[in-house]
Amino acid sequence: MSVETTIIAPPEVKKEGLFSKKNRKVLRDPLDDNNPITVQVLGICSALAVTVQVKPALIMALGVIFVTSFSNLIIALIRDGIPNRIRMIVQLVVVALLVTIVDQLLKAYMYDISKKLSVFVGLIITNCIVMGRLEAFAMAQRPWPSFLDGIGNGLGYGIILVVVAVFRELLGSGSLLGYKIVPQWAYDMGYVNNGLMVLPPAALFLIGIYIWWQRSRNRKLINAS
Amino acid sequence: MEGLLNLLIKSIFVENVIFAFFLGMCSYLAVSKKVKTAFGLGLAVIFVMILTTPLNYLILTYMLKKGALGWVHPSLATVDLTFLGFILFISTIAGAVQLVEMVVEKFTPTLYNALGIFLPLITVNCSILGTSLFMQEREYDFAETAVFSVGAGIGFFLAIVLLAAIRERLRYSKIPEPLQGLGIAMIITGLMGMAFLSFSGIQL
Repeated sequence: MSVETTIIAPPEVKKEGLFSKKNRKVLRDPLDDNNPITVQVLGICSALAVTVQVKPALIMALGVIFVTSFSNLIIALIRDGIPNRIRMIVQLVVVALLVTIVDQLLKAYMYDISKKLSVFVGLIITNCIVMGRLEAFAMAQRPWPSFLDGIGNGLGYGIILVVVAVFRELLGSGSLLGYKIVPQWAYDMGYVNNGLMVLPPAALFLIGIYIWWQRSRNRKLINAS
Repeated sequence: MEGLLNLLIKSIFVENVIFAFFLGMCSYLAVSKKVKTAFGLGLAVIFVMILTTPLNYLILTYMLKKGALGWVHPSLATVDLTFLGFILFISTIAGAVQLVEMVVEKFTPTLYNALGIFLPLITVNCSILGTSLFMQEREYDFAETAVFSVGAGIGFFLAIVLLAAIRERLRYSKIPEPLQGLGIAMIITGLMGMAFLSFSGIQL
């Protein structure tokens, strides 16, 4: 496992392979050591509300991966043409455009999921991960590493989302992806679903515990935020 | 009138933007280390919320909804532009924040010094855009929108000041090292959320 927590190196001029060591690091770091949610503290806003069940969480994660990677790519492509003073608005418009595409696709092909995610698809726009990565990475890097960075951060976000959703759905409703996991005889013997898991605070407890576990495993992250 | 009062109470306590929907968690966790700064951010959020949500309501009703453009020309009465909602809402918010920043700086420098650094942050505060989107999804009318935006703003203010007060006290307690900072803040927010859940028992 890599030991670095900072990923931003000055852009290099010399040519390098598509999956050079540096690029692989850019892709892999956000999954754990530099996870956007638990280490960078970005994008918690819209993350927790969609984790009651696994399926919406997966769809949401895919949407975020799409938006972070392509917004990073687009901004990195046009970064030299953006005047510094209005860069926020330019970034927001690019992100809003991509989110609109995701939203319309969901409405067209997965209407029930789109209803379940309600306003949280729109809130990808103000998801701090997207803006944070644009500011911290895409504005200063070339398109391909930026694209990888977007995918990496989207995946890091998705992992947390799915982990939390698995716990909440399994303990809260006794199922995964809608299939019953806890057998009927367990209920007959007195097993009861944990009602707290379906309520909003459970997501916060689970993330808190995840952070605890992650930081006691990797003590360098203590005081990272 | 009674309905509006109920909506206000509901949006502050029962459906608090932080505890029920996790909106604006980023700045909520980042700026809640001191009560004073939390107070400033809370005020700025209320301010921007009250300004932008009714504005977005007007945009939605008179420009975007199906048939809303009928007042421009009858032939436009069938146009449905709701898919442009995200882009226009976020532009309104970004623009309003910029405007508010300039006006406040010009006329009340003391308030500007208190809110200064927080104003630009608010553009990407999910609770602002979230309130606008909830307004659209729940189809509030203008009065309800205004009341809802006030309630959501006060709810955020209340939540962030409470958490800041608790975190100031936490500095004197012994917490396992890996749990310090972010981890304990999450768990405390969860506990506060459970406390706020009890408001849902209120019959309105």
